[in-house]
Amino acid sequence: MIPALTIILCFQLMGEIASRGLHLPLPGPVVGLVLLVCACLASPALAERLRSVVQGLLGHLSLFFVPAGVGVIAHLGILGQHGLGLALALAVSTVLAIAAGALTFAAVSRWTGADDDE
Amino acid sequence: MNDASLIWSYLSSQPLLWLTATLAAYWAGDTLFRALGRKSFANPVLIAVVILGAVLWISGTSYQTYFEGAQFVHFMLGPATVCLGLPLYDNLKRVRRAALPVVASLIVGSTVAVVSALLIGRAFGLDDLLLASMAPKSTTAPVAIGIAERLGGQPTLAAVMVLLTGIFGAMIATPLLNALRITDWRARGFSVGVAAHGIGTARAFQVNETAGAFASIGMGLNAVLTAILAPLVLSLF
Repeated sequence: MIPALTIILCFQLMGEIASRGLHLPLPGPVVGLVLLVCACLASPALAERLRSVVQGLLGHLSLFFVPAGVGVIAHLGILGQHGLGLALALAVSTVLAIAAGALTFAAVSRWTGADDDE
Repeated sequence: MNDASLIWSYLSSQPLLWLTATLAAYWAGDTLFRALGRKSFANPVLIAVVILGAVLWISGTSYQTYFEGAQFVHFMLGPATVCLGLPLYDNLKRVRRAALPVVASLIVGSTVAVVSALLIGRAFGLDDLLLASMAPKSTTAPVAIGIAERLGGQPTLAAVMVLLTGIFGAMIATPLLNALRITDWRARGFSVGVAAHGIGTARAFQVNETAGAFASIGMGLNAVLTAILAPLVLSLF
């Protein structure tokens, strides 16, 4: 577990350095994600080495959003003041974005014959 | 002061109590989620946030004090984001084969998310600060905070918009996509990752491995596109 966790943190660290050093529009962890994919392509053994720890972390991905989520209570005032407009803007745009994205994916997949064979 | 209040005043200012409370609340949320048949309305993040919100309110604890303990959990968002590279690596061949639908769905989903939110927000008379904080709501929290700051929004408010969007997206995705009769797990996962970032991705992994992998790709790609798109769209409003 410790070697895998160290490797994962090193990728985040490299991502953070690249993001800040090169002024990329992406935050460090997302750059680290890209670097991890590249490293796994170069050395598939790395993917197997990390697999069990990665599955453990991703199995509880939701947990890591809880502290930021509790931040909602710190903004209840402004949320209540503009409640209806904010709620409608967030809810309707999320429904529209999921629907439009999924329908586009399915339609373009059909047109281009990019159907999944797995 | 008696012993109990001394112990309380010590514990309530230390990270241990609020770290334990965060894990316990999530445990309760996850247990309830499973007990209710893993239905999307019983979102474990939402349940945990409601429990912790109530506990903080009743005990009169500030969010700053709470966060000193909870930051250890919050920190894990970074390594977990890096970990999303592994399912992406596992599915890279399928992603390459789906390059065209991926690009089309990304552009449509991302544009609809930003433009429709700003149109509705403006119609309800939200001010510039709120609109700038809301524009990047569909991207993952650290990216959204960076974008909102550049647009003149408020970082913590942007994080709240991101969280609310993610929880709502994760709750609505399954019934919505069933109603639209979308059966392709790639399309289902990808659209949710684009519209509802990491919380949507966590939900996608609960439902289907392929959906989860495509959701994490949607989340990553939309982080890049929104960084470019949000300033352009906001300048039109």
